[in-house]
Amino acid sequence: MLLRSVDDSQINTVFPNTFEEYKKWDKEKDELPPEEVYRALFEELAYGDKIQVGRALTRMNYSKSGWKSLIKKTSRAIKKAVKKDELPDNYKDFLIEANEKWADPTYWYAMGQMVNNQTSIYYWNAIDRTFDQELNVVQQEEDRRVYVQTWLKTLKVSIYVTVFCLILGFPVAHLLANLPLRYSNLLMIFVLLPFWTSLLVRTTAWIVMLQQKGVINGVLVWLGILSDDGRIAMVYNETGTLIAMTQILLPFMILPLYSVMRVIPKSHMRAAQNLGAKPAMAFWRVYLPQTIPGMSAGGLLVFVLAIGYFITPELVGGKDGKLIGSWIAYHLKTTLNWGLTAALGAILLGFMLIFYWLYNKIVGIDNIKLG
Amino acid sequence: MALPTYATPIQRTYYYAYLFFCAVVFFFLVAPLIAIVPISFSVSPFMVFTEGMLAWPPDPEAWSLRWYRNMIGDCSAEVVSSTVPCSTKWMKGTVNSFYIGIIATFIATVLGTMAALGLSRPHMPYKALIMSILISPMIVPLIITAAGMFFFYARINLVYTFTGVILAHVALATPFVVITVTATLVGFDMNMVKAAQSLGAKPMRTFFKVIMPLILPGIISGALFAFITSFDEVVIVMFMASIDQLTIPKQMWAGIRQEISPVILCMATCLVILSIVLLTTVELLRRRAERLRGIKAR
Repeated sequence: MLLRSVDDSQINTVFPNTFEEYKKWDKEKDELPPEEVYRALFEELAYGDKIQVGRALTRMNYSKSGWKSLIKKTSRAIKKAVKKDELPDNYKDFLIEANEKWADPTYWYAMGQMVNNQTSIYYWNAIDRTFDQELNVVQQEEDRRVYVQTWLKTLKVSIYVTVFCLILGFPVAHLLANLPLRYSNLLMIFVLLPFWTSLLVRTTAWIVMLQQKGVINGVLVWLGILSDDGRIAMVYNETGTLIAMTQILLPFMILPLYSVMRVIPKSHMRAAQNLGAKPAMAFWRVYLPQTIPGMSAGGLLVFVLAIGYFITPELVGGKDGKLIGSWIAYHLKTTLNWGLTAALGAILLGFMLIFYWLYNKIVGIDNIKLG
Repeated sequence: MALPTYATPIQRTYYYAYLFFCAVVFFFLVAPLIAIVPISFSVSPFMVFTEGMLAWPPDPEAWSLRWYRNMIGDCSAEVVSSTVPCSTKWMKGTVNSFYIGIIATFIATVLGTMAALGLSRPHMPYKALIMSILISPMIVPLIITAAGMFFFYARINLVYTFTGVILAHVALATPFVVITVTATLVGFDMNMVKAAQSLGAKPMRTFFKVIMPLILPGIISGALFAFITSFDEVVIVMFMASIDQLTIPKQMWAGIRQEISPVILCMATCLVILSIVLLTTVELLRRRAERLRGIKAR
């Protein structure tokens, strides 16, 4: 996958000679590339494999829209000429005649991005940057900027989910850890059942709960808190994503917290209070610091899982709930822009490795416990 | 941890507020799962509680097994509605899910057990490195694993085949087996292996006669984890499977996106029941294992 994210050879196998000649073009001296480039392009379009050219076109369109129609029109003209056995004397004039865009240097500059076998363009695209004519990195046009925003949103949602999980999970883990085993084992089922249930089932369940005519809105209307047409839209937006993801990831927070709290001796709190600390003080200074390993383990686990989440945001999130995972899936499945898919994936993977390493440092990866 | 008798009123308030908060969180965790069960028995083709269902005394007209019959492929007129076509896809998905799940679980269990045995040897070189590589499919987002596998399998022509899907699921499920079996091996007395070998048992015989009976609970719960992982997996199936490899999660995904129908809830109810069964089995096994090893139950 990493190879795919920098791989740009697809197009090189189609236009090898053109690119060879292209490299000789001195951009300072001539405004347009020399005759040889035009000639090589002519020949490669005339005799090249049609399917291969088609694939290359898709790639070319990523760097500048308009390539596809340009090449298609030109190759039609070329094919006609070849059929009639009229090879032009001047390839440059012929191509420019076939389509005046060949006299437009911006297209030639755009081709410059593709000359090399490797490219970083997909990585720059993944953070809304692109190349200009001189191969400098610039901002993408306004209406094509989506990824930076999505990255930030993914980050925001993950942080929120982690914080919510911590707030909700901490007291529950504390209760479970301090109850006698008989009761806590029973209550543990409440935590483990969602953990074992299919992700899709839970996501569906949340759609049922949160939709306009759903359970929660129904109860609120019935209680008279909401009027019948004042139902809140809770699903297919960010609220829905947050609620559903918090519930889905909560067990991952509770379980590590629980296993840490279980071994904290109860006598510590009593000793602190004996020495004159108020309960709040004793909790803050004695109990809380001892739970930090659990909190960081749970927090990291939830955060890492949340940042790569895809199914729930895609189903519950609606149009503006899309996270980075959805874009990866979209490019992999729909636009088939695999270079960009791989680049987005690689960046996400990079993030993940950092957190994985952190997790390993703090808790040790072999300390993961299930159920 | 009850309140001491000398607790002040403020402490009491705090304590009850705390209990209430925990109750709310427990409710938050299970309520959605419970809410879908009654709706799956509804007559209405929408996923809502109808008036008839909430009426008291209950209105028998409002309840039916209609969607369950639809799910198992019954296409009679009273089962199909204008928004919910009859389909045989659910049953096909169930068969495929079990087929893929069982084979993947078997392979993952064998591989995972072997890996765990090797990793618990004291002299294993690069233990930490191997462990983190083995565990990584659990931590790396599924979408990345799926994309990577898709590119890789496309090159060796495994995309859109059962083999491809099963192999991918094996890769995902193996870490769960490794973790559970490693946990069981913690209390395992390696001297027993030596004893068996000194009495003349070959390594295979030692494994089947001595090691396996002792770590069996760990292996089984690992296998159950592996099964649920494969059974519940949707992202990889979405990319790597064609219509021939339709599984329950894929059909549910398609169902939620296209025609939201109570049939999904019927399947969801079945899956909740399945997960309760699996959860109970794992819990019982865990307790048994701890009792056998003489570790006090947590």
